[in-house]
Amino acid sequence: MPAPALLLAAIAVAFFALPLIGLLWRAPWSSAWTYLTSDTATTALRLSLVCSLWATALSVVFGVPLAWLLARSGVPGRGVIRALCTLSMVLPPVVGGVALFFALGRRGLIGQYLDRWFDVTLPFTTTAVVIAQTFVAMPFLVITVEAALRQLDTRHEDASRTLGASRWYTFRRVTLPAIRPALVAGAVLSWARALGEFGATITFAGNFPGTTQTMPLAVYLSLESNPEEAIVLAIVLIVVSFAVLVGLRDRWFGQPGRLRPVAA
Amino acid sequence: MTLDASITLQLGALDLDVELTVAPGELLALLGPNGAGKSTVLRALAGLVALDGGHIVTDGIVVDDPSADVFVEPEDRPIGMVFQDYLLFEHMSVLENVAYGLRARGTPRREARARAAEWLTRVGLGSYSSQRPRALSGGQAQRAALARALAASPRLLLLDEPLAALDVGTRATVRRDLRRHLDTFDGMRVLVTHDPVDAYALADRVAIIEAGRIVQAGTLAEVTAHPRSRYVSDLVGVNLITGTVHDGILTTPDGAIVVVADAEPGPTYAVIRPHSVTLTRTPPTGTSARNSWPGTITDIDRLGDRARIGIHAAIPLTAEITVAALHDLDLRPGDDIHATVKATDIEIAPA
Repeated sequence: MPAPALLLAAIAVAFFALPLIGLLWRAPWSSAWTYLTSDTATTALRLSLVCSLWATALSVVFGVPLAWLLARSGVPGRGVIRALCTLSMVLPPVVGGVALFFALGRRGLIGQYLDRWFDVTLPFTTTAVVIAQTFVAMPFLVITVEAALRQLDTRHEDASRTLGASRWYTFRRVTLPAIRPALVAGAVLSWARALGEFGATITFAGNFPGTTQTMPLAVYLSLESNPEEAIVLAIVLIVVSFAVLVGLRDRWFGQPGRLRPVAA
Repeated sequence: MTLDASITLQLGALDLDVELTVAPGELLALLGPNGAGKSTVLRALAGLVALDGGHIVTDGIVVDDPSADVFVEPEDRPIGMVFQDYLLFEHMSVLENVAYGLRARGTPRREARARAAEWLTRVGLGSYSSQRPRALSGGQAQRAALARALAASPRLLLLDEPLAALDVGTRATVRRDLRRHLDTFDGMRVLVTHDPVDAYALADRVAIIEAGRIVQAGTLAEVTAHPRSRYVSDLVGVNLITGTVHDGILTTPDGAIVVVADAEPGPTYAVIRPHSVTLTRTPPTGTSARNSWPGTITDIDRLGDRARIGIHAAIPLTAEITVAALHDLDLRPGDDIHATVKATDIEIAPA
């Protein structure tokens, strides 16, 4: 590797490492435990975990069929559908939150009927947090699973069909096990994205401790009132995300997302 | 109780239009080069691709007929299929692979596993039932794939190049095993191969397929003896000889002797390409060729600039010479002739 490239790469590494070091440097280690076990922190942490897991579950339930549609069906306009469904990856989350608000808010496109007919109001509830998180998280699962479905040797599915298996049985027993590494990776990425969600949540769900104040919101708020607490909460989020990425790399990204042919 | 298929379909550059019938207990080999459409025929029979026109009738039941709007899904056809690279499910044990078809059709788990275990024993893989498929050698994987296809009691067995993925060393053993297992199956069988030796060893009848058309069909003996086109002649118009090799000499069941090179002792197929046979009016002298048989010309077929000469000798032989040579030697049926072949021109495959 030429020296200039090495130098630039080293600067890039430092660019990512220094902010973390900065946080660790300012962290109030002696009082960390107190902050971690404070009401704000435990409530926000619990809410973050519950909401992000719900968002992940919803992403899997709806995202896998969507990935299937994009990868395998001959539905016209798949490119447009894919762009639409992954738009929230590149959209500023605040914009997503605003859009959700105009769709599902009390005066929204759908929301007005939910309010009028079912007496359901979504904004500023925990459900809204889950919806906002799912909105930004599901694309990660969809693109990961879609890629795996595209890579998959469909002849294994053919073999299954010739053995008398229906499409659904084939999907459950052949396709799903084959894409499982990608499914897990996609779900974990979605979960990490949901856990870190801020913009769409604060716009669509607000910032109420106990119902909608997730970890990232708690970090942002306590930055004003109690910077030390903010640092501790931030480090918790960093540790979790870092652990997820390291775990993903070793356990899932290293495996091919398809059935390997028998060595001949 | 037959397979009756008339297959018309377009798939990319392939324009397929073939008719074939298979009687119960019969094995039809579809022989042709890559891209001729052989595998697509199998996929159409299996229901993995739909016909554009024609029909497929198995055991009197129409499974595909676009004009009548009939298409039976693959899982509802009485078929079993062995794929070229076997396509065993890697995330299941060998036993679960073989039980898969029964499970998919609703057989209770315990019974399906018991029957799968029987099948594994039958194909000699009883001790591998709990292994993953990747622990199997190529030949074993092929037997597992065969057991998986047969376990669900199909009426029509489709074999797509079942020997192509194997190396030459194991091929003969696996071919012999395959023949033994296929013989115990009384349904209809269609085998796709590009190797005339496979067809010779396994098939009752062959259909030669070229660019989506069947160009000749019949028993292998008929087709090899009288290929109707250059193409068929190049593909299968060879002299296939069986015998036993001992000390570099192959002896046929009739007692004829062929000198061969690099052959392992034991039962062997020898392939003599007609263009490797030299014909002379007088016994050749001072030649390096190790084989020379005196014989009589039985028939002469002309195919363009070439002539195929049938020869009755210790070994029945077909020689291919130019029409110019035919005229120079003034050969006619009934003439005495000497057929000469270099040992190194004879291809050898263990039987």
